[in-house]
Amino acid sequence: MQFLIRGFVLIDEPLVSLSPRQMAWRRFAGHKAALICTAILSFLVLAVIVSPLTARYGVNQSVKAPPNSYLPPSKLAWLGTDDIGRDLYSRLIYGTRVSLLIGLFSAFISVFVGCVVGAVAGFRGGRFDDVVMRITDLFLAFPFLVALLVVRNMFGSIKWLTYIIGDVSSLRFIIFLLSFFGWMGVARIVRGQVLALKEREFIEAARASGASRAYIIKRHLLPNSIGPIMVALTFSVVGAISGEATLSFFGYGPQPGAGATSLGLLVGQAKGAVQTGFWWIALFPCLVLVVISLCINFIGDALRDATDPRMDAGK
Amino acid sequence: MFRFALRRSAWAIPTLLLVTFLVYIALRMGTDPLASYMRSNPRATHTKIEQYKKLNGLGSNYVTGYFSWLKNFVTFNWPRSIKGSREVWPELKDAIANSARLGIAATAVGVSVGLGIGIFAALRPGGKRDVAVNTVAFVGISVPPYISAILLQLVFAVYWSKWFGNSLFPTSGVYPPGQDGFDLVLMIKHMALPTVVVAIQVIAVYSRYMRSSLLDVLNSDYMRTARSKGLSEFRILMRHGVRNALIPVITIAALDIGAIVGGLIITENIFDYPGTGKYFLSAFGNGDFPLLMPLMVIIVASVLLFNLLADISYAVLDPRIRLD
Amino acid sequence: MSDSILQIRDLRVTFSTQMGELRAVRGVDVDVAPGEILGVVGESGSGKSVSFLAAMGLLPQSATITGSVKLDGIELIGAKKKAIRSVRGRSLAMVFQDPLSALNPVHRVGDQIVEMIQSHQDMNTHDAEKRAVELLEIVGIPQPNDRARQYPHEFSGGMRQRVVIAMAIANNPKVLIADEPTTALDVTVQAQILEVIQRVQQTFGTAVVLITHDLGVIARVADSVNVMYAGRNVESGPVQSIFDHPSHPYTRGLLSSLPHEGADRLQPIAGFPPNMLAPPSGCGFAPRCEFAIDACNAELPTLQPFDDLQTSCIRAVDLRIGGRS
Repeated sequence: MQFLIRGFVLIDEPLVSLSPRQMAWRRFAGHKAALICTAILSFLVLAVIVSPLTARYGVNQSVKAPPNSYLPPSKLAWLGTDDIGRDLYSRLIYGTRVSLLIGLFSAFISVFVGCVVGAVAGFRGGRFDDVVMRITDLFLAFPFLVALLVVRNMFGSIKWLTYIIGDVSSLRFIIFLLSFFGWMGVARIVRGQVLALKEREFIEAARASGASRAYIIKRHLLPNSIGPIMVALTFSVVGAISGEATLSFFGYGPQPGAGATSLGLLVGQAKGAVQTGFWWIALFPCLVLVVISLCINFIGDALRDATDPRMDAGK
Repeated sequence: MFRFALRRSAWAIPTLLLVTFLVYIALRMGTDPLASYMRSNPRATHTKIEQYKKLNGLGSNYVTGYFSWLKNFVTFNWPRSIKGSREVWPELKDAIANSARLGIAATAVGVSVGLGIGIFAALRPGGKRDVAVNTVAFVGISVPPYISAILLQLVFAVYWSKWFGNSLFPTSGVYPPGQDGFDLVLMIKHMALPTVVVAIQVIAVYSRYMRSSLLDVLNSDYMRTARSKGLSEFRILMRHGVRNALIPVITIAALDIGAIVGGLIITENIFDYPGTGKYFLSAFGNGDFPLLMPLMVIIVASVLLFNLLADISYAVLDPRIRLD
Repeated sequence: MSDSILQIRDLRVTFSTQMGELRAVRGVDVDVAPGEILGVVGESGSGKSVSFLAAMGLLPQSATITGSVKLDGIELIGAKKKAIRSVRGRSLAMVFQDPLSALNPVHRVGDQIVEMIQSHQDMNTHDAEKRAVELLEIVGIPQPNDRARQYPHEFSGGMRQRVVIAMAIANNPKVLIADEPTTALDVTVQAQILEVIQRVQQTFGTAVVLITHDLGVIARVADSVNVMYAGRNVESGPVQSIFDHPSHPYTRGLLSSLPHEGADRLQPIAGFPPNMLAPPSGCGFAPRCEFAIDACNAELPTLQPFDDLQTSCIRAVDLRIGGRS
């Protein structure tokens, strides 16, 4: 289609012109699924931020005096209770809070590290670039869970490191661990972006007119890469949340102290619940996790479409 | 072509050594093989401990330790497991065989369905089928394997038998307890659910790759040339469209092999399927260094092997890649 | 003109776009006599390529096509897909503008020609391969035996265009449509490609439709010319007459924008082509025409015989005396 329309003079005078940002926003707003997902996610985040208000019971509180374990969903406990009579709904709220916290923190760290490494690799090129990309490829190709567990234990055994990032079961440690594995994808994207931009005329023009490297990075590179970086950020959040959930599922997750919980821990309980037929314990935590990742994935995809019109919806 | 493959494989060997060295360090630091041994064998004699240390290359120096481990490994002088002092190879071999069967089945189903619906979606971009495929792919990406596994178990283990009175697809193991010998039907029944779980991930990923790659190709000028030749639509699609669209898909496939193995490990564990996943997690839980190292070597080697295969097939598929 | 091999009558092509109906071709008539080279000339967006892509059935689904395209008396517009497919590549073949992207990069050029042959002729692969080598030789590719086994990226642009031509003539088509075949090539290579096309026409008696925006190309090889503007024919006739005494102000404008002896400077045509989303109701060229009168905007002019030409200019007679040539 494009090849045919290309030759025609479509317009006499320019249509109302939009800035790239406005255009991106329009395209994003045109993505219905993403808008719905944004609404759902905002609602969830809000509910979780004000968790003392939205939760009906304390994280460790029983809904009533025993017998209170494995009560099916009812008015008393909307989503049922767990093995020791705690309200699943309230625990989900608290757990989601912890998981989103982990997701956001480690995504920000990953993206920051990824941007720095990717930008430096792209700009310096040569040996440094080769080595970094080799490492990245290797990490990406290695089975995630295996690498995560092996490195987790290795970090945990380094005394001085645990003084900084905490003990293997602390939230800080999990955030650090997930960030350690999270930056490669971003580094790849940013490096690609840098390499592509390096070739573009306007960067060359800026160079030729004597702009410093820092100036080029600030004025040209960052504004042009902000779209892909935003996209990478959204996918990093999903990656970290599901990474935490995977670790918790296999019993290597954080133990956020004093009865606090995380989405991963709640999903982990689902494993045992299946055999016994307490479906609510299996279903609801899984549902929340899936809804969160689905929403963020859709938003990320719409962002990618919006910021890079060249790419089609399925990439 | 042969020389290209040879040179690439020559590179794989130092990489394999380097990565296994790193894994050796990570495992020694992370699992503390000596402490694990003492924990499982509190009454071990001094000579036994020394022998264990020697076979596993657990000297104080990591570099010499790695090489003495390597020497024992390549001469097949493998140490026995910490727990129960079992021979490693027979156990590992069975685990690999089971995993490979599951992995191949899931990959075959996943890749063929994924590529198929990817092509299907690309034929009418923006159409109803495209939107449907896209949504399915999204759900597939967003549902982690342990969740789809749990949901399938919930349906088949708990409710199917409750509603229909028979258990159609068993949810654990390769054979029911007590079954001896080979039974294809039973095996397929047991493999069905884990295969589906792993295949869902593969389908989600491949349908998207294929769709976007094929869309790029369909917009290219040589597709118009092909049409101007008066070829049939099917031939145009396969020989000029899909053939070209596969090239980028294959490079990405190599990177995905790790994800597939990762999915296998999680899935096997949930379905109590005796593959490398279960093997890994139980060995890891016990800090069983003698069991872990050979598995890691095999994982690293297979990752490198698939990378190599992808490089070679990329070069075969795309004549523009120079082989020197 | 019943003896024409390719006859196009009142062809209209409309694209539905987000901005509305794009009327790319608005009633075009073309006659190609057997064995002649017809030059179709016009600027980009005049609908010249779209007309012939429509004739080949190569337009995307978003295009609505009406009118009639008869190849050797057989109607192609509205014909069954299978029928069109058997014509396409056999009696009607096409050479594209960009030889760099027109060939599939992953198949050997020989195989791509073999594919063309075997999709229309019942020939075994060995014979088809021999024929492919012959064809490569005909279009002037040295060492055709080795070259047939190479991939497109191993050829230069000019050589690739020869391959595309070899492929197009593989089934001895009655009409060869060459869509800007030299535009993407170096000037020196352009001349060679034109020679190849001429040789094909002379050797096999193939009628050639040469679509171009370059009047120089037309002057060199065409027998007759069809000038298009804003999706319409504005003038057609023998090449000599068009160059000697063009009747339409647009053709004159085109000619005086060419470098030629005695001209100090080139004279571009003032203004821009019309917006095809809302084309003018009268003569498409009127808004840019220095001779336009009210009647020009009143209704769509059609081709009328004028001397040995066909012209759409309603003032052709008035302008004959005062006009430049």
